[in-house]
Amino acid sequence: MTKQESAARALASGRADAQGLNSENQQKVTNLWQDAIYRLTRNRAAVLGLILIVLLVLMSAFAHVVAPMHFTAGDAALNNAVPLWLTKVMPGHMETYTQISDIYPLGADYLGRDLLSRVIYGTRVSLPVGFVGALTALLIGLIYGSVSGYYGGKVDNIMMRIVDIMYAFPTMLLIILMMAFFKSSFSGAATPGTPAYEFNRINKVVDSLLGLQSGGMLFIFIGIGLTAWMGIARLARGQILSLKEKEFILASHMIGARDGRIIWRHILPNIIGPILVSVTLAIPGYISTEVFLSFIGLGVDPPAPSWGAMISDGAKALRSYPHQVLLPALFLAVTMFAFNFLGDGLRDALDPRMRGTK
Amino acid sequence: MSRFIIRRLIWTIPVILFISIVTFLLVHAVPGGPFDTEKPRPAEIQANLMKHYGLDQPLWKQYTDYMGFTRNPSGDYAGILQWDFGPSITQRSRTVNEIFAAHLPVSATLGVAALLIAVGVGVPLGIIAALKQNSAWDYLSMALAIVGVSVPSIVIGPILILVFALTLGWLPVAGWGSLKHILMPSLALGLSSSAIIARLTRASMLQVIREDYIRTARAKGLSEKVVIVRHALKNAFIPVATVLGPMFAALVTGTFVIEQIFAIPGLGKYFISSITNRDYSVVMGTTLLYALFLVASNLFVDVTYAFLDPRIQFE
Repeated sequence: MTKQESAARALASGRADAQGLNSENQQKVTNLWQDAIYRLTRNRAAVLGLILIVLLVLMSAFAHVVAPMHFTAGDAALNNAVPLWLTKVMPGHMETYTQISDIYPLGADYLGRDLLSRVIYGTRVSLPVGFVGALTALLIGLIYGSVSGYYGGKVDNIMMRIVDIMYAFPTMLLIILMMAFFKSSFSGAATPGTPAYEFNRINKVVDSLLGLQSGGMLFIFIGIGLTAWMGIARLARGQILSLKEKEFILASHMIGARDGRIIWRHILPNIIGPILVSVTLAIPGYISTEVFLSFIGLGVDPPAPSWGAMISDGAKALRSYPHQVLLPALFLAVTMFAFNFLGDGLRDALDPRMRGTK
Repeated sequence: MSRFIIRRLIWTIPVILFISIVTFLLVHAVPGGPFDTEKPRPAEIQANLMKHYGLDQPLWKQYTDYMGFTRNPSGDYAGILQWDFGPSITQRSRTVNEIFAAHLPVSATLGVAALLIAVGVGVPLGIIAALKQNSAWDYLSMALAIVGVSVPSIVIGPILILVFALTLGWLPVAGWGSLKHILMPSLALGLSSSAIIARLTRASMLQVIREDYIRTARAKGLSEKVVIVRHALKNAFIPVATVLGPMFAALVTGTFVIEQIFAIPGLGKYFISSITNRDYSVVMGTTLLYALFLVASNLFVDVTYAFLDPRIQFE
């Protein structure tokens, strides 16, 4: 080993040495993540958010157990039926014009399907949209941003101009256009062997994995994934630009580490915090995008139970049956709260500027 | 400065070209044409209709005609470059320009009202929270902010109708025309933006207020009001200004749902029905218009920076 190499290695392992030293001097060593978890568990709102999210995930996984009936089951004769207790709670005089039926714990919708069951099954639409949207955005954005920031120069310039162009696109309009395109091109009977047919097949697999018939969830995942990655890409690029000039990265270069290893082992662990925070805080946005799309009829295909479609249906009879809107609205709001609480908590826990305060 | 603006203006050209091409392809990739009816028309009439609207031309020609780069079949340059969005395909008597003139002001009014609410509620809330950090005011306004961020307009809208129109009877349920009609939809639209602005204002105000120059201003004996408004707020507003451009664009395009809930005859509502009707020219025109709008508002924000913070230099 030459003198230069050994010096570089010593420099690279400097961090580990410093930590070793610390452990001798201090009683307890905390790294960023242990620190962050400690802070997170001390933050009541964040813990509440986390508990709510776990509950919602369980609810969607075991919807067939939790929900009183299937989301398509119902009795058309009992349309808009309301249980007796609800007529006493809701404003107005529901009992004078509605059918009273205690079969449904929270009433039936305009087709006589159980509202509660549909709202519970609705988690199977909203949560996957949130998580898959986040995952796609994370994956595309992280890779794109890392490559752009790490290689810099011309590559960076071109890649970031592309992001700029994508940013100028009115996102909501782009998603609406894409959904209109997907819906009419792929939902019909396509001939076997064509890309449309294959696409349809994958879509059906995704829907049945989620336990929905004819939801068209794949299209929503694609629509959100394609429009949501740019923010993450910019964030990752900015972080990497500032990191790659740091000494420990230089040291890795000197000892001959390959680019992939440097990005994966040295850069990613250092930038994942802020990116995790921004992804978590973006999840409510993805969920509400799907709700918006379903509201205007371009989201999930019926009879799959989307909260957006339920709000849209309920809003038509807002005066007579306000609970038909309030129930899905409540679930939606609670879900959004949960993710915002958790995201805020994560940010406070991971933000280095918050370290050492209080 | 002017060189910066010119460079940004030139940059908008590829952006608009890209957006127009993507939109054009997406719109035309959707199967089914605007003249598909339940009962098929005779082939000659169908062909004549297609010819009349230039839909028989090759796709690239339709695009360049639409953009006004080439002469259309009637021999004129009539496209986006000439600010001619073409005829509406399904509404034979109206041009897209006329449709814009009728519906855009409605959406824009709604967007501006929502932005006013967002800034008017968000900025004071953020300032109070920052000035009285960790007080009851701070917690209250930040709690309000998290409510605003978490509850989407699609939920706020029906709840507002339920409370203020159906129960209290103070405001009309839906419709458009008077100041009373604007109140609920703009509130539903602007509330979440006001929450974002409140949080942003608070964060940047907290940072600015600890700067040395604020201490200097206080040491000079300036009144607290002057210190906050003239010295602190001006710098604290910069991060807020950065989001205003995209936010305004999001508010105007976000009116789709609100217009639906409150039965407002805006462009958003029209856009949705144009998609189902395959009215290519309206869909293309609306998307391009909003893209132009987004580009312009971002440019405007970038230029405002320089006025707010002389430290920012454009090379």
